Parts: sequence; C-alpha cells; structure tokens
Amino acid sequence: MAIEIEKPRVSLSKVALSETHGEDSPYFAGWKAYDENPYDELNNPSGVIQMGLAENQLAANSGRSSTSSFRENALFQDYHGLQSFRKAMASFMEQIRGGRAKFDPDRIVITAGATAANELLTFILADPGDALLIPTPYYPGFDRDLRWRTGVNIIPVHCQSSNNFEISPQALEAAYNEAESKNIKVKGLLITNPSNPLGATIKRSNLQKILKFVTCKNIHLISDEIYSGSSFSCDEFVSISQILAEQNYKDSERVHVVYSLSKDLGLPGFRVGTIYSYNDDVVRTARRMSSFTLISSQTQQLLASMLSDKRFTENYIRVNRERLKKRYEMIIDGLRNAGISCLNGNAGLFCWMNLSSLLLEPTMECELELWKLILYEVRLNISPGSSCHCLEPGWFRVCFANMNEKTLEIALSRIHDFMDRMRKVKISLQ
Amino acid sequence: MDQLLSKIAINDGHGENSAFFDGWKAYDSDPYHPTQNPDGVIQMGLAENQLSFDFVEEWVRNNPKASICTEQGANDFRDIAIFQDYHGFPEFRNAVARFMEKVRGNRVRFDPDRIVMSGGATGAQETLAFCLADPGEALLVPTPYYPANDRDLTWRTGIKLLPVICESSNNFKITSSALESAYNKAQESNIKVKGLLLNNPSNPLGTVLDKQTLTESLNFTNNKNIHLICDEIYSATVFSKPDFISIAEIIEENPNCNRELIHIVYSLSKDLGFPGFRVGIIYSYNDSVTNCARKMSSFGLVSTQTQHLIASMLSDEVFLDRFIVESSKRLGNRHSVLVKELARVGIESLKSNAGLYCWMDLRRLLKEFTFEAEMELWRVIVNEVKLNVSPGSSFHCSEPGWFRVCFANMDDETLMVALKRIHKFVIQSKGINVVNEVPNSRKQYRRNNKLEINLSFRRLDGIMMEPHKMSPHSPMSSPLVRART
Repeated sequence: MAIEIEKPRVSLSKVALSETHGEDSPYFAGWKAYDENPYDELNNPSGVIQMGLAENQLAANSGRSSTSSFRENALFQDYHGLQSFRKAMASFMEQIRGGRAKFDPDRIVITAGATAANELLTFILADPGDALLIPTPYYPGFDRDLRWRTGVNIIPVHCQSSNNFEISPQALEAAYNEAESKNIKVKGLLITNPSNPLGATIKRSNLQKILKFVTCKNIHLISDEIYSGSSFSCDEFVSISQILAEQNYKDSERVHVVYSLSKDLGLPGFRVGTIYSYNDDVVRTARRMSSFTLISSQTQQLLASMLSDKRFTENYIRVNRERLKKRYEMIIDGLRNAGISCLNGNAGLFCWMNLSSLLLEPTMECELELWKLILYEVRLNISPGSSCHCLEPGWFRVCFANMNEKTLEIALSRIHDFMDRMRKVKISLQ
Repeated sequence: MDQLLSKIAINDGHGENSAFFDGWKAYDSDPYHPTQNPDGVIQMGLAENQLSFDFVEEWVRNNPKASICTEQGANDFRDIAIFQDYHGFPEFRNAVARFMEKVRGNRVRFDPDRIVMSGGATGAQETLAFCLADPGEALLVPTPYYPANDRDLTWRTGIKLLPVICESSNNFKITSSALESAYNKAQESNIKVKGLLLNNPSNPLGTVLDKQTLTESLNFTNNKNIHLICDEIYSATVFSKPDFISIAEIIEENPNCNRELIHIVYSLSKDLGFPGFRVGIIYSYNDSVTNCARKMSSFGLVSTQTQHLIASMLSDEVFLDRFIVESSKRLGNRHSVLVKELARVGIESLKSNAGLYCWMDLRRLLKEFTFEAEMELWRVIVNEVKLNVSPGSSFHCSEPGWFRVCFANMDDETLMVALKRIHKFVIQSKGINVVNEVPNSRKQYRRNNKLEINLSFRRLDGIMMEPHKMSPHSPMSSPLVRART
C-alpha cells in the first residue's frame, strides 16, 4: 500500500491570495449564468439575455490597411507609442468634445486598456494604505483595478436618488472626513464622466465644484471619460478638460484623464487605453510604467490610420450618438410601458433602472433576491446596484447596446410580462 | 505637487538612471547611417532579432486573412474586436503551445489551458513576482543578468532581487555552492527567499543551461520549497550545439519534483522578432498561479488583432519549420562572423550558441581591474569608437571587463563597419597602457562604486520628441524607452 506524502504547499503572495480580484461579486455570477445558458434567436430562444455587458456593437466598424512595413511595425516597442497614433487619438478626443478642448499628443501615455490605465495611475498617485474617493454607484471593476495589486483603498462618496445621484460637495466632504477619522490619507478623487452605471453626464456646475474641492484638499482628480463619445449629443457632455481650458489650465497639474476605445468605438479586444495627464511628472512616470502594458504596435498602426481619417471619425461619432440615443429611447419607452422608471440618462450604453418598488424591504438582501429572480426566471442578466456600491437598494444597470433590436424587443417583452406577474402577485397579496 | 506622488513614482525603481542608458543617449544623438551619417554610433546594445523578417513578411503577404485590415480578413473584424475574454482565443493559445513544443523538438507537451497572456515578458515577470512574493521578500537571480529585471520584478511589487554570483573562471556556470551561498546570505539578513529566476538561454551570456545545472536548480528549489521561474524567451535562438533543454523536459525526468513550484516565462519578442506586438506568456504548472496570473492579465492582455495574426501564423507548421531552421542558420552565421573577427584582433568572447549577442571579454583592455576602468573603457567605445555596447556592470556582473555586443539588429554591411572600427580601436589601443594578464582571482581587483551618471529626464524626453536622423538599419529610436532591450 503506497503511502502518500503530501507535498508542502508553497505559499503565494498576499496579493495572490486575496479576494480583491473581485470575481466573487454577483456582477460576475450573472455572467456565469449567461455563459451556461446564453440566448440565441434560433438555438436557444429561452436563454439568458446578456444585459450586463456595457459594449457598443451598434455602430459599424471598418478596418484600414496599414501603410508602414510589417517589419518596422513589429519592431516598434517604444513606450512613447507611435506618434501617428498619439496624434490621431488626440484629435479624436478633441472631436468628441466638439473642439472645445485641445489635447497635446505628447501628453498621451498608452496602456493596454483603461483597466491598466486606472491601475497605473493609482500606483503613481497613492501609496499602499492610502485612499481614492469614488462616488457611488460606481463600476464594479474599480474594486479590483484600483485596489488589488496597489494596496490602495476606496472610500465611497455616497450619492442619493433624491438629487439624481449627483455628486454634491457635502458628500465629498463627508467621505473625506470619514477617511480622516480613520487616519487614511486621501490622495485623489476618481470620477467617471459620463457615469457608469448611471448613464448620465456630470453637470458643468458640479464639475466646477469638484475641481474646487480637489484643489482645496490638494489632492488629485482622475476623470475616467471612457464613455465621452457615447453621450447622446455633443453638447450634453462637458469634459474636465474643457473646464481647465476655460480657466487657462490653472491648477491643472492635479488632473488626469483616462480614455479608451473599448466603449466609444466598440473595440474592447484591442486593448487601447490612454492616460492624459496635465502633470509632467505623472506623464513621465506613467510612460515608464506603461512598459508593463503597452498597446500592440499592430493595433496602434491600425488605429492611427482609422482615427486620422477625420471624415470617418466625424461621421462615426455622429452616427454612434444617434443610434445610442434611439436605442436608449426604445428601452426607456419599453420600460415605462412596463411600469418601470429609470434615472434620466443622456449617455452611455445602459440605463439605471429603479425597481425599488418591487422590494419587500428596502434591503440589499431583497435586492439580490429580486436580482436572482430576474436572472433565473426572467432570464435577463442585469447588474444589481449593490455590486456598484449603491447605497439605496432596488436600482439596476441595464445594458442595451450589446444586442440587436429584435433581441431588445424580446428582453422588453420579458420584462413586461414579469412586471405583469409581479403586479398580480401584489394584488393577490393585498 | 511632487510630494503628492507615490513613493513608487518618485523612487528610482524605473531603472533609467543606470549608466546603461548613457549609451542609448549617445546613439540617439548621433545614429549611424551608411550614407548620411557614416561616422555615427552603431547600435550594438539592442538585443533584437531582425535577420529573418523577409520570411515573415512573405507569410503575411500570402495570408491576407490573418489580418483584419484586408479585404479577405475584414469580415472577422467585429468578432475579433469585441472579444475581451482574458482566457484569450483558444486558437491563439493552441498555436502558442504548439510553437513552444516545436521549439523544444516536440520532446514535451504544453497544455493550452495553462497559457496565460501578459504585456510582453516584461508584464509576465512582474505578474509572476506579484503572485509569488510579498514586498520585502526576494528572488535569487544568477549574475550577470538582464538589466531590466530590476525594474520588471521589483519596481511596483516591492520585492528584492538577490544575486547568485557566477564567475568567469568556470564560464559563469551556476554552481550549487553559489546557489547555497546566496540563499544563506539572505537567511542571515533575515530576507525570505521565495524563488530562483533562471534565464535559459541566458541574456547576456548567450549560453544554454546544461542538464546538470537545470537538475541541480530544480533540486535546490524543491529542497528549499521555493519557486523556480524559467525565462525561456530566447529558446528559438539556439544556433548550434548543445541543444536547448527546457525546464519542461527536466521536470518530466524528475517525476517526484513538486511541479507547483515551476513557472515558465515566454514571449515572441526575440524568437520571432515581434517586440512591438507585446505577446508575453506565463506558463505555470501551478493551478493557483495560473488562475491568479490570468486574472492579472486583465492589466496586460494581448490585442485580439494580434492574437488572431499570431494564431494564424503559428498554426502554419510548414512556415514555422522553415522559419526556425533559417533563423537559427542566420543567427549562427552572424555569430561566427562576429566571433571570428573579434578573435582576429585578440578579443575573446564566451563560447556561446544562442541569443542575439556575444559576451565579449575586454579585460585585457582595462587600465586596471576595476569597474571604474570598465566604465572608462565603455565611454571610449561609445564616444570614440562609436559603438553602443553594454558594460557588464549594468548586468550586475561580478567581474569588470565584460561587455555584451548584439549582432542581430543590423544588416551585414553595418556589422562590417562595426567590426572594422573594433579592429582599428584594438590595434590603436595596443599602444596604450593596458593590463596584459588576466587575473585568476577576484581579489586581484577591487570593485569601486559604480559610477552613476545622472541623466536629465527632461532632456532625454526632449531628445525623444525631436525628429532625428534614424539609421535605416536600426529604425527604432532609443531603446531607453523600449519595454525590453
């Protein structure tokens, strides 16, 4: 009889063993349910429809052939990135902002996606144990991207439905003071504008108050503008870069903008992220750090071509906005017909739906019960507000741009039927 | 606002303050060009494989479907563009696994499900460090080693690298006693060692590890219950005997070893010559590490456009077989030309059979056996002979006088010009006071403090931003800014 000797388990790092990778959240459980039973028009019409995926598949994408030789391109690993690419990115970002802000290509640092950009900035701006303030509700991925390997904390800035989840100076102060009371050093505030999951842009007046707050506390401001090209109209979106331009870049050294092509152009696979900082030290350091996460030169080449075609980009931006707006109106109307209200949105690939009236009690547990019901019985993967750290239970993020119209109609009819059933249940209980 | 950046942002962990980069600066400001700047600096500090691009370019032309930017490939654009699963395309993983097997003569199998992506080998090294060690803990690394290991493994992770000293007296072999000595030194300093990092084939030595060394390393790490990371990034650059032996083969021959301790780093930057595409691979035999590294790969995935191209290219067995053979042949030819011409003027180099460089012995040309003298000689080579070669001290070599000289990043004519310059320099310097005898003991020379040359980064950035003359033979700008040199 063989005796089994247990091999000693060698230890991994605390970083490796921690759960800050965040994959145990319900945000991801929905993915799993979708993966196991994905909707397909012909083969699986009763499968789970994916509405948890903030992806833009609405606008047509076109490829352009590269002009530089394969060899030169394959060899190019300069962490400055292709100049033609940076120029094209800068110009694209300007176009999105209707020319109201200028971007210097030499301030563009390339990263493999906004995921990497956000982590990189966190490494640069904060030490382990320090904190970033983030308004709630926020993108669930931040918990991992900003905290996991950096050791930095997130302190939520709680926003309320009573004022449409706008970021108020009081909420900012409250969060800052909370950090102070715990002896945690706040190094910056990270805002997402347009907001994920709210699907709304931040008002100009609020941006000004935010800038005032960070200046007063002498902390950094990261503005993740990954959905800037997904606002339904050019005028609705005001970028922090515009505010800075208007004040002649006073106090701009503390501001850093994150951008990516994953949402606006629907190219998440290409891993195209950028950091645009008004701070020379941050640009320099970020550039060095980008060695760990550069954009494939092949992809830089393709996008340099694509984005420098101004006719294409202008047309794309316009059409993309129109289609998103139309899709948004379609889902809002459909939800309204089902008796569901949403936050007024004007941007993004999702709407922020209010189902709080369906909760037996205004608790996170009830929200998750409702979420499970919607996932497993209605078979729609939507994201519960609690996974976005929303303080008030009952809100859900519903994506609408990652499917065709027909599928959305089916989703809406499922919701309609579900609400009918819920009303009947309520009536019978009364 | 400077005080408002993190410690990591402010410290020197980025590694660019090392004297190593002064050579790049000299090259950048005065790059060689056969007609426009024949007296310029020739770049010999860049370990890049540029010899076999004609093969690859022919393949790309013949396979338009592999590119999503062509008529034939554009139909796949959308599906490829939206795929962001950090598992990567199965076709990509399969193709990479098969390629790695081929390079090892199909003597081992690689499981495509263990292939994890990273932002180049740079990203792979860092990710493994994050997975295997905590801040303050250490990895042992045999010297001389690739300079950027310091940045890649320690900058953001907070871990330490401790040298395993290898000496010229036995051709820089990694000995058991050197391993033990390094480990014990760490113990005495209360530093917890979490692993050993091997680079096989070696940069900068250009040698492959023999079976005995690999087995001893395996036993050493197993006995201490620490990890063994093998960076096999140069595995397909072997051009003559002895054959390359991968750690993957050693563990098959030692079935009782603890596989959970074994991790391989790979990339396409050297073997195929694609550093721009950022294709880094982690292959771990440990499920927890694979899972963790895969999650971390979110911070450095390979562009799906590139995954698609590589999947196509690496599934073309006929192309690969030809490429591997031809690339080896060309590297071998280059290497023998360089070694022969160096020998003609009495310059020896370490006997090597792999890599994109030679480890040149210039001890006879040192004024004295110090690192100061090495740096002085190096400055002369860069500024007067106009060759950017890399001084051994930047590779943490324990003995002065060794230099790494790259040979695969230029065309034949440029190499000839470089060799002529070396000949001229050596002949001239025989007139100056040089040490004629090579010491046989480390005690015969003292190690002074390495001279640090402070670079003004704004100036460097300024240089980077200016349009400057580029040699068509080294079409890139300063490797200072490369992800990996």
